[in-house]
Amino acid sequence: MRKSFALLLLVALVAAACGGDDEAAVATGVADEPTATPAVQEASEVDDGDSTDSSGEAAEPNASTDEAFPVTVAQGLGELTLDAAPVRIVSLSPTATEMLFAIGAGDQVIAVDNQSNYPPEAPMTGLAAFTPNVEAIIGFEPDLVISSGLPDDIEAGLGAAGIATMSLFAASSLDDVYSQIETLGAATGHLGDAVELVGTMQADLAAILDEVVARETPVTFFHELDPSPYSVTSVTFVGQVYALAGLENIADEGDPGGSGYPLLSVEYILEKDPDLIFLADTKCCGENAGTIAVRAGWGELNAVQNGNVIELDDDVASRWGPRVVDLLRTVVDATTVVELAPAA
Amino acid sequence: MQPLSSSLPPRPEALSVGPVRLKPSWVIAALIFAVGAAMCGVMVGAVSIGPGGVILELLDHVPGVDIDSGLSATRQAIVWDIRLPRVILGLMVGAMLATSGAAYQGVFRNPLADPFLLGIAAGAGLGATMSIVLGVGDGVGLADPVPIMAFMGAGLAVGLTLLVSGSISGKGTSSTLLLAGVAVAAFFTALQTYVQSREVEQLREVYSWLLGRLSGASWDEVSLLLPYLVVSVGVMFWSRRALDVLAVGEDEARTLGIDPARLRWVVVLAASLAAASAVAVTGLIGFVGIIVPHVVRLMVGPSNRVVMPLSFFVGAGFLVLADLVARTVQSPAELPIGVVTAFFGAPFFLLVLRTRDVGTGV
Repeated sequence: MRKSFALLLLVALVAAACGGDDEAAVATGVADEPTATPAVQEASEVDDGDSTDSSGEAAEPNASTDEAFPVTVAQGLGELTLDAAPVRIVSLSPTATEMLFAIGAGDQVIAVDNQSNYPPEAPMTGLAAFTPNVEAIIGFEPDLVISSGLPDDIEAGLGAAGIATMSLFAASSLDDVYSQIETLGAATGHLGDAVELVGTMQADLAAILDEVVARETPVTFFHELDPSPYSVTSVTFVGQVYALAGLENIADEGDPGGSGYPLLSVEYILEKDPDLIFLADTKCCGENAGTIAVRAGWGELNAVQNGNVIELDDDVASRWGPRVVDLLRTVVDATTVVELAPAA
Repeated sequence: MQPLSSSLPPRPEALSVGPVRLKPSWVIAALIFAVGAAMCGVMVGAVSIGPGGVILELLDHVPGVDIDSGLSATRQAIVWDIRLPRVILGLMVGAMLATSGAAYQGVFRNPLADPFLLGIAAGAGLGATMSIVLGVGDGVGLADPVPIMAFMGAGLAVGLTLLVSGSISGKGTSSTLLLAGVAVAAFFTALQTYVQSREVEQLREVYSWLLGRLSGASWDEVSLLLPYLVVSVGVMFWSRRALDVLAVGEDEARTLGIDPARLRWVVVLAASLAAASAVAVTGLIGFVGIIVPHVVRLMVGPSNRVVMPLSFFVGAGFLVLADLVARTVQSPAELPIGVVTAFFGAPFFLLVLRTRDVGTGV
C-alpha cells in the first residue's frame, strides 16, 4: 500500500515534468500563431482578449520604418548592430514596452512579459519578467529581445540561438530616458518618431514645471513604496521627478547607506509630518488614503488631515517611460493644492 | 515490556538535573534585563524625545492620572501608539519564541531544536503568502487576514508533521517527528515559493513578511497575541517540572504518575501554539528561539524548571534590544529585525556548537 503510494508519486513527478516539456514544445511548434500558445492563453486570464489579436497582427512585417539599416546602437554594456528593422520583437521590460508603443513600433512587437500591462494593446504573454525561460522566449522566434537586463545564462542562450538582445537598464536621469527612447527608435526604424516623442515630453515637462511657483519653504513629501515602509530618495529616478518640482524628500536624511531605497522609521515620518504623502503601493499592497488614516499615529499628520494623501499608480511611479510626464503632472497638481492650504 | 536499558541507572549528566531550583536572584536578574531593555526601547528611537517627556506621557495613560507631558500630539502618538506597542510586542514575541525553543529542546533533547522545527515557519509563510497574493480582504488590525492565514498555515503544517510521523497513533519516535518536520517544511516552502513566483506583483509584501518585522506593531497586535501567550506559556511552565523528571528517565516519570507520551504531546502543542501565534503576527524572526535558551543553559545549567522561565524574560529583553538596534543603528532608516537577530545569533550559534561538549545539557 505505502510502496504503491510512493510509486504513484514518482509517476506523478515524471508526468508533471513531461507535461511541462509538452507545453514548451507546443510553444515552439506554433510560434507563427502565438494565439495558440499556452503562454498567451495564460495572459488572457490577466489581460483582456485584445492581446491575442494584436499579437496576431504583429506577425506581419511592418513597412512603416523610415530609417536606413544596418544601424549600430549603444545598449547595455556595449553596442548592437541590426542589419534590418526587427519585426518580431519580444519585450521583457514594461518600460521598454511603453516606449516601443509610444514611438509607433508597437506593430513590430509580438510578445511582452507578464508585467507589461501598458498600453493595453501590448501583446502580454506569460513570459516572466524576473525569471524568464529561455526556451519560451525562443519559442516566439523573435529577432530582437529587449529587457532591462537579462541574467547571463538567458543572454547566452539567446545568443546561441542567434537572437539579438538589447538591455536598457533602469534610468537614473531624464536624459537616460530620452536616450533610451532614441535608441529604441534607431533600432526599430522609428528614429523620427522617437525624436519627436522626446521633444514632446521635454515640452510637456517644461510646461508643467512652468506652473511651479518658487517657495520660501519647500513642500515636503514622503513617497511610500510599500507599507514596511520602504521609500525612495532623490538619487533614484522617481526621486528626481519630485526634485524637479522643487519638493523636499524626507527620505533623503534616512538613507545613510545610500541605497536609494531606505526602510524608514515610522517615528521619523510622523515627526517630519510631511505636507504630502504619495502612495506607490496602491496596487501591490492595497494601500489608500483610508488605510493610511487609520494607521496608529498617522491620523494626526497634516497630509492626512488636509486630504493630501495622493494615490499613485504603482506602475507609473516605478517605470522610466513616457508616462513620467503623467507622474510629474500629478506631483505638481498635488503641490499646488498645498499652496492653497493654510500654512501649518 | 520495557527495553532493558530503561532499567539502567540514569545518564550521569541527568543526575545534575535534580537539585537545581529556580533561585530568586536569577529571576530578578532576568527580570531586570527584560525591564531594562524595555525602558531603553521606549526611551530611544529615531525621534529623540527626552526621558522626562516619555515618562510623563506614559504616566498620563495610567488610569486616574492626568498629567500634561508637554509633548506635541504627534510626539504623544510616537510614544504611545508607535513605540510602546512595538516594545511590548517585542517583549511578548521574544518571550514566546524563547520559551517555545526551550520547550522544544527539552522535549526532543536536541540542542538544534527551535520553534520552527515542525514546519511552523514554512506553514505560516505559505499562509501569509496565500493571503497576500489572494488579497483576502484588506482589513487592518484585528481584521487583517494575514496573521489569521499564517496561523492556519502553521497549524496545518504542525498537524501534518504529527500525522505523517505517526505521533498521533503513538508509534513515532522523536527522530521520526523531527525528520517529518523537515520534510513537511520543505514541502510547504516549495508551495510558498511557487505561489510567490507566480505573483511577482506582491513580491515586496511577501518578502517583507518573510523577513519578519515589528515595525507594524500596534495595540491591536498586542491584544491579539496576549491570550495565546497566556495559554501557551502557562502550559509550558506548568509542564517544566515533569519535563525534568522525564529527562531522568521514562520509568522514573511513570513512577511519579507522568505519562511520557502525553507530556510530550502537551508540550509540543503548547510550544507550537506559542511559535505559530508569534510568527503569525510578526513574520519570521529567527534565532531567538535557539540562542536564548542556550545562553540561559550555559549560565544556569540544563534544568527545564529553570531554563524555561529565565528564557521567557531573557528572550523578551533580547528581542527588544535587537529591535532597538534595528531601528536606531541607521536611524532614521531601519534594518529588518531578522538581520539583527541573525547577525548576533549566527556567531553565537557557532559558539554553542563549539562548546556543546562542555554541557548545554540537552
